[in-house]
Amino acid sequence: MRNSHRTQNIAFFFLLLATLLIIIPVGLIVVVIIQKGLPAINWQFVSDIPRQGMRTGGIFPAIVGTFYLVSGAILFALPIGLLAAIYLSEYAKENLLTRIIKLAIVNLAGVPSVVYGLFGLALFVVFLKFGASILAGSLTLGIMILPVIITTSREALESVPQSFREVSLSLGASKWQTIRHIVLPNAIPGILTGTILGLGRAAGETAPILFTVAAFYLPRLPKSIFDQAMALPYHLYVISTQVPNVDEKIRYGTAFVLLTLVLFMNLVAIIIRTKFRKKKKW
Amino acid sequence: MSFKIITKNLNLWYGGFHALKNINSGFEANRITAIIGPSGCGKSTMLRVFNRMNDLIDGVRTQGEVLIDRVNILDSGVDLVALRKKVGMVFQRPNPFPLSIYENIIFGEKIHGEHIIRDKLDEIVEKSLKDVLLWDELKDKLNEPALRLSLEQKQRLCIARLIAIRPDVLLMDEPCSTLDPQATARVEELMRELKNKYTIIIVTHNMQQAARVSDDTGFMLLGELVEFGRTDQVFKAPLDQRTEDYITGRYG
Repeated sequence: MRNSHRTQNIAFFFLLLATLLIIIPVGLIVVVIIQKGLPAINWQFVSDIPRQGMRTGGIFPAIVGTFYLVSGAILFALPIGLLAAIYLSEYAKENLLTRIIKLAIVNLAGVPSVVYGLFGLALFVVFLKFGASILAGSLTLGIMILPVIITTSREALESVPQSFREVSLSLGASKWQTIRHIVLPNAIPGILTGTILGLGRAAGETAPILFTVAAFYLPRLPKSIFDQAMALPYHLYVISTQVPNVDEKIRYGTAFVLLTLVLFMNLVAIIIRTKFRKKKKW
Repeated sequence: MSFKIITKNLNLWYGGFHALKNINSGFEANRITAIIGPSGCGKSTMLRVFNRMNDLIDGVRTQGEVLIDRVNILDSGVDLVALRKKVGMVFQRPNPFPLSIYENIIFGEKIHGEHIIRDKLDEIVEKSLKDVLLWDELKDKLNEPALRLSLEQKQRLCIARLIAIRPDVLLMDEPCSTLDPQATARVEELMRELKNKYTIIIVTHNMQQAARVSDDTGFMLLGELVEFGRTDQVFKAPLDQRTEDYITGRYG
């Protein structure tokens, strides 16, 4: 008895330790960024263009650029990803081909982002002649987050109990009506989780936008989706490594804004998710 | 005599497994027919032939004829939506959708209705709930989640959701197996009332239930319909030795 009690305590200790090891770095990052970045935040910083070689002024064009890029990526990836997920979970028969497709999708999620960047450069910028533009960047980011969205959406769809589908069909609903009225509404929370993950990744990545859209210094707002744009992660890289004598405050301020922007966009998805979760109980 | 459902030389295979063997039977309208037999004898499979729910399973092959109102529903050209509207099913586990009570009942109308009028929906909800004797209990909480109801209420709600689409035939697949004895008795009472309007086929492994509630009984064993007749006769003077063995509890 005492022995098993001790084993339990040891196990408990390690579980707690592992959890703390995860929480501490996250907490530290947030604390450091807030501590060093918050003093830089004022109205001018978030609303003005960069001035004096990005050493003063604001980061407004980069905020707008990132917002456009992330929105564009989601606009492209969510519908396509969702449709693919519906096909894979509801229509495709379980066979070698679909297993290979599913495996390929999972593996795509692990491809380094710089590879997506090169792919985007070759396909969208050069071959389709979009040039370095918001369109090319959004599509590249969209393709990068597709696997995440497909995989999480598929899991969400498959977690809807089979019995719901059966009843719906037995009541004379067609397959599509069953998906539309029963399966999808119950899978929305999970689909939104995938969207949140994809959104965060799209906002934070530098490599995919490096060759496809990001401007080193562009002190005005993009006028169309064929314009280049600044983006927060690339801007952060630039002022941290390429421009000498940038105040640390501005660098951390930029990181803080990026973090806040992602958080804000996630919040929208989280609110929708909570609304849907309240309805779902089984 | 006019039968609502007739099966002629019905055979069914799951891949290589012969699950229904040469079934010939007739189900009369406005009566309750019970199908009894040990687990795995094919009774649920047979039930699922009547609304073609077996189609959902890969590798199922059916042979023979099943006539409902003289139409062979095994024909490949049969409109499954129309068939399932006409032949509804109540499942073993009560399975309301994670929606409100109201939305559960109007689900069929939402799917099948061309244009939906709110007053008409209210009417359908009231009538369906009255038919399953739930109206008085639930009329003030129609917008509450259906999943908060008791098991018995859920099963009644599922029946209400079904009769809201005005079927002719009710297939019940062990509808009381998750209910306690009192609730079971009340649902059986409900079935007796419903049989005035519907043809009811119930699958059960509870022989007392079959004896209590049904007018006709079929006994199945290893995919064969061993005996089929009036419930009284099947239980009191079975023609087949195997039926007698099962009813007297010698196996199963």
